[in-house]
Amino acid sequence: MDSFNAVIQVLDSTIRLSVPLLLACLAGLYSERAGIFDIGLEGKMLVGAFAGASAAAVFHSALIGLGTAVLISVAFALVHGFASITHRGNQIVSGVAINFIAAGSTIILGQAWFSQGGRTPALQPGERFEAIIWPGADAIKDVPVIGPIYAELISGHSILVYFAFAMVPFTWWVLFRTRFGLRMRAVGENPAAVDTAGISVAWLRYRALICTGILTGVAGAYLSMVQNGGFVKDMTAGKGYIALAALIFAKWKPVNAMFACLLFGFLDAASIRLQGSPLPLVGKVPAQLMQALPYVLTVILLAGFIGKAVPPRAGGVPYVKER
Amino acid sequence: MAQAAIELIGINKSFGAVRANRDINLEVARGTIHGIVGENGAGKSTLMSILYGFYQADSGEIRVGGKPVSINTSNDAIALGIGMVHQHFMLVDNFTVLENVILGAENDALLKSSIAKARSELDRLEREYGLEVDPDAVIEELPVGLQQRVEILKALYRGAEILILDEPTGVLTPAEADHLFRILKQLKDQGKTIVLITHKLREIMAITDTVSVMRQGTIVATRVTKETTVGELAELMVGRRVLLRVEKGQSEAGAIRLSVRNLTVKDQRGVTMVDNVSFDVRGGEIVGIAGVAGNGQSELLEAISGIRHAVSGEVMLEGKPIDLTGKADPGELRDRGLAHVPEDRHHVGLVLAFEENENSILGYHDDERYLKGPFLDIDAIMADAKDKIEKYDIRPGNPRLKTANFSGGNQQKIVLAREMEQDPGVLIVGQPTRGVDVGAIEFIHKRLIAMRDQGKAVLVVSVELDEIRSLSDRILVMFAGRVVGERGPDATEGELGLLMAGVERQEAAE
Ligand SMILES: Nc1ncnc2c1ncn2[C@@H]1O[C@H](COP(=O)(O)OP(=O)(O)O)[C@@H](O)[C@H]1O
Ligand SMILES: [Mg+2]
Repeated sequence: MDSFNAVIQVLDSTIRLSVPLLLACLAGLYSERAGIFDIGLEGKMLVGAFAGASAAAVFHSALIGLGTAVLISVAFALVHGFASITHRGNQIVSGVAINFIAAGSTIILGQAWFSQGGRTPALQPGERFEAIIWPGADAIKDVPVIGPIYAELISGHSILVYFAFAMVPFTWWVLFRTRFGLRMRAVGENPAAVDTAGISVAWLRYRALICTGILTGVAGAYLSMVQNGGFVKDMTAGKGYIALAALIFAKWKPVNAMFACLLFGFLDAASIRLQGSPLPLVGKVPAQLMQALPYVLTVILLAGFIGKAVPPRAGGVPYVKER
Repeated sequence: MAQAAIELIGINKSFGAVRANRDINLEVARGTIHGIVGENGAGKSTLMSILYGFYQADSGEIRVGGKPVSINTSNDAIALGIGMVHQHFMLVDNFTVLENVILGAENDALLKSSIAKARSELDRLEREYGLEVDPDAVIEELPVGLQQRVEILKALYRGAEILILDEPTGVLTPAEADHLFRILKQLKDQGKTIVLITHKLREIMAITDTVSVMRQGTIVATRVTKETTVGELAELMVGRRVLLRVEKGQSEAGAIRLSVRNLTVKDQRGVTMVDNVSFDVRGGEIVGIAGVAGNGQSELLEAISGIRHAVSGEVMLEGKPIDLTGKADPGELRDRGLAHVPEDRHHVGLVLAFEENENSILGYHDDERYLKGPFLDIDAIMADAKDKIEKYDIRPGNPRLKTANFSGGNQQKIVLAREMEQDPGVLIVGQPTRGVDVGAIEFIHKRLIAMRDQGKAVLVVSVELDEIRSLSDRILVMFAGRVVGERGPDATEGELGLLMAGVERQEAAE
């Protein structure tokens, strides 16, 4: 029974750890499907996390925090759009710039506003999103097998977790069942086809970037207002890049993206769980090695275990009609 | 004359320093087919793209149905009943036919009803015009002829009353072109107005009512088709008398220099593109490979020149085998006397961002002539580039100029000069004159024949049947990856056209 509980616990933290990845991954999916590479997911998440925790602490409201996180993150997405769509700049450069600005400005502003070494004040109850306990969760908690699964895995997460997983089918539906999705996929493949069909390429891509900004904003809010009770500098810790890797791994498909993020989340959870405890055969493994595992796996997977991942054909290329 | 469907008045358009259109005046009567002919780069596509709202004119006025209109986006043009089939198709390759048709013309925010409507509408158009195509097929899996059909369907689906077709027959077999023309006539009979851009004068004579000739951005003449001749149009196009066929003497075929046996090549998707092809090219002869684009010619060239792996087969260069598994790098083949002028000079033949002199030694830059110890010998390279510029009349004659700033014809000459001046034993050339102006075509053809007369083996692949017929001593026709026939230089166009369409092969199979 003990080992069963251990498994449940690892799976539970898998879910928690994969949520920011999943949100960021879906965020990247919107922009990359529209043909805009976005290496700035990391930075947008970070500003989202900072803005969310700051606003929540100041206004004593989780909802205001979330709203602010989304607004600021969308604003950064629009900056990326302005550089790469309107001015046809290099999308990688713009994305990297956004990451730097995010990393620097969150620390400077955090210190200036709260003087806690770049942290925001610890969030109080009501300022962060609490776990939602599903009906009957407590009652059946002790029922074998089903009990823990329901109480731990399904029930007991914050609203943002459910939002993240709900975004998976929703994104699929948007992509493949709506006019916006059709046009977005088209503009990532062949913007000239979209242009000659009488649709504005720029406006379409901006809208895709707004979707990206919303999702990275929520991802940031999750980091600082759910997973942690406040903002800590550099708290995204490369999740934006892992999300990009997951996106490629998922071949730009929403359901695949969910599984990819769950896999990365699981590795993370497993490495935390296994830290310090001896493994069969190999014995005790240094903590650093376990922590490196998800990244090692990323490299291995991307180096060719996933078959050929064909990115949207117009990805990364500014749409220029007149040379 | 009937009322004008379109009037273009004083249209000007520049791309940077290039004046693509200057002071264009054009009137097309409703219910007629109007042809626009002109050499490559004359500004035909630009003009029509302005009418379609893809580009905006720098100045000028457009009237549709007599009313002045402002067309700022393609959406405006579509709303005015204008449809266009672009020279380079505007399709999303991994979408289905249906998705491409509804893109931009959806009923509402959800796709379901649009798809249902498009399905029944396509069905109707199919019956009405014989425009058959599987609505659920994915574009990239369709042959180009059908892709073009999708473009036409897109325009008709949007209710186009004025249909512009930009060089539609370049990708079609003669039979497919005939079918297209029947459809155009039918559309005309229904009162639709059609603008047909082409550089094939015979098509103009066959189907248009009126024709305008463009040269260097201007319309130099407009004629009623019945009152003009191919000769007159050709002369107007080029601005002088043109040699439609280059003169050449008898070939004196010598020993076999390139021999291909049972060559089979597959593409990335695993589809067989070259299917068990065998032929020889002797010194002193030009062998031409004819065929509609996409029937394996490109892959054949790539395999022989060492760019692409072959699945099986044997290729002998000057009697010695070439390693077809891809280990024979193109550089090694060059050393062995095989020169290659690739089909796609922009992506394979040249680095457009390089200076002319750099491109004129590209691939031969390890040659001692261009080296001083481990460094490039700039003086030698410059002298060599100037020499080639002179011999091949490359203009402008500045070896320091960025290659992108040369016109298509001059870029092609840069590649040809580079490859021919290495004095190879075997020269293989893909699309020798694609995107090249008529003056340069003549020059290039003469050079190729001169190579032949020096006893070299020349293999030419071209989708231009006229070019193949005028250059070749022997003509091989490719269809669906196979060589379906061999003919002499006196083969008629009709005969070759049937072979290119695979007709004979199917009949033989039945
Ligand atoms: N998008 C563009 N940007 C810059 N130059 C262009 C562009 N399109 C065409 N041109 C230039 O304008 C001229 C006319 O081109 P085009 O209209 O395509 O000619 P045609 O269709 O008659 O072959 C050429 O010199 C071409 O290089
Ligand atoms: Mg053109």
